[in-house]
Amino acid sequence: MSTKNIEELEREFQAKIDADIKIEPNDWMPEGYRKTLMRQISQHAHSEIVGMLPEGNWITRAPSLKRKAVLLAKVQDEAGHGLYLYSAAETLGLDREKSIDDLHSGKAKYSSIFNYPTLTWADMGTIGWLVDGAAIMNQVPLCRCSYGPYARAMVRVCKEESFHQRQGFEIVSLLANGTAEQKQMAQDSLNRFWWPALMMFGPNDDNSPNSAQSIKWKIKRSSNDELRQQFIDVTVTQAEMVGLTIPDKDLKWNEARGSYDFGTINWEEFNQVIQGNGPCNKERIDARRNAKENGAWVREAANAFAEKRKKKELTH
Amino acid sequence: MEYLTCNNMTTQEAFYSYIVRLGDDSLILGQRLSEWCGHGPVLEEDIALTNISLDLIGQTNNLYELAVLRENQGKNIDQLAFLRLEKEYENLLLVEQPNVDFGYTIVRQFFFDVYRKLVFEALCNSSDERLAGIAEKSLKETKYHLKHSSEWVIRLGDGTEESHRRVQEAVNTLWKFTDELFFQDEVDQNVIELGLGVDNSNFKATWNSHVEHVLTEATLTIPSNSWQHAGGRKGIHTEHFGYLLSEMQYMQRAYPNMEW
Repeated sequence: MSTKNIEELEREFQAKIDADIKIEPNDWMPEGYRKTLMRQISQHAHSEIVGMLPEGNWITRAPSLKRKAVLLAKVQDEAGHGLYLYSAAETLGLDREKSIDDLHSGKAKYSSIFNYPTLTWADMGTIGWLVDGAAIMNQVPLCRCSYGPYARAMVRVCKEESFHQRQGFEIVSLLANGTAEQKQMAQDSLNRFWWPALMMFGPNDDNSPNSAQSIKWKIKRSSNDELRQQFIDVTVTQAEMVGLTIPDKDLKWNEARGSYDFGTINWEEFNQVIQGNGPCNKERIDARRNAKENGAWVREAANAFAEKRKKKELTH
Repeated sequence: MEYLTCNNMTTQEAFYSYIVRLGDDSLILGQRLSEWCGHGPVLEEDIALTNISLDLIGQTNNLYELAVLRENQGKNIDQLAFLRLEKEYENLLLVEQPNVDFGYTIVRQFFFDVYRKLVFEALCNSSDERLAGIAEKSLKETKYHLKHSSEWVIRLGDGTEESHRRVQEAVNTLWKFTDELFFQDEVDQNVIELGLGVDNSNFKATWNSHVEHVLTEATLTIPSNSWQHAGGRKGIHTEHFGYLLSEMQYMQRAYPNMEW
């Protein structure tokens, strides 16, 4: 194929994107587009699966039957999201097993937020409220992502995430309106999760090298800083509603911008956590690796059994 | 419901205990299964085990609600679930046994599911309409659980050498808790007489033949030592139970009298 042909294909591809025509698995796509998407979708899938752990940490200690059931259902939803995101990535040629091995070796990344510990029950509320809230901000635009399978997966994910966000906020408001001890528990939790939640949107736009290309390809539809600002503006109001204080002394309404100004994010902490040095990176990856290793004999048994049955069927 | 005295126990008290026991079985097994969440051998099984756990917690909720409705002993459903002492829980010893590995978890589930399906089938005809309704709903779930656990028993038993060894070991270890499934005392006698509860001695043979059938297909055997353990229905548990409770009750004990 001549260079001109590839240029032609790329032009046609971009024209489709510009016309908001979805790209489907069998369509021609630039290698960079495929790679970027594969990385993004598999990271997203890994985040869902690792994200089960901090909340899973409280299932056995949930304070009521109702909360136990809701939390179980929520974590189960996350496993489901992981499944269909892996499937979406497989349409691009991802090898699920290899990708999971990359996660376990530290090569593949996942959302930095899940490397923070869940220390109290209030964290179940805060995670739903802030973390799922931030995830929705990130993901709603992805429902319009140029890649069809990802966009469709996101539509379903977002529906469930908004239920998660509501149940999280419900837990937080109950605590905030509860006893002094409960209110303190909610405030402590907000103090610990606020800044890590803001980091979920990724580096500032000036330091986000892949963003421009992703926006051109409509893999990404808003910039990190835009989404972060949107999240802050919505969440500050919610915190006020329940009488909790956002732990940022620089937070101030800016009349001219119609948005909140806020303090500086500790990017050094963000980078350290991404590099594997967060409070729970090791625990999270160990848990996933152990699950895989301890389950090896089960998977082998299932395969061996399937083989035996196949042979039996052939001989009958 | 009218008061009748039989074995120094009113019908209401007996019915209450009967339903709470059913609920305790669901709760404790649901709690055990929920420990798997995020740690399953494959993602699909993580979801399946969590799903079963969720069904069991739902059953617990329905059963405790009914118990509280029929005989109010001053406890709401969460106090029943989280604020009793160890000896006040009357679940089967089988359901409190630790997960150990996927094989143990599946065998424990299988023994329980075969039994539970028979219980709920019979309870669909309970003279208490609401209990019959719960049984009907729970039966649907239990059939699915049983299908899942039976398939896995067969797969693991007839899978690899290692899986066969592991799952046979689980059968050997857990077998001693299976007689208790058919335990009866005055609670049962009272509710059987009134058609509220079921006579589980009627389906012991069915349970045995069902279990044997599946184990045979799985190339597994029933252990020759038939010495049996019991105590759960009288509130006498295994050592594992205290740890399960201290984890499960943590919030309600540490922060009493609060809404969550």
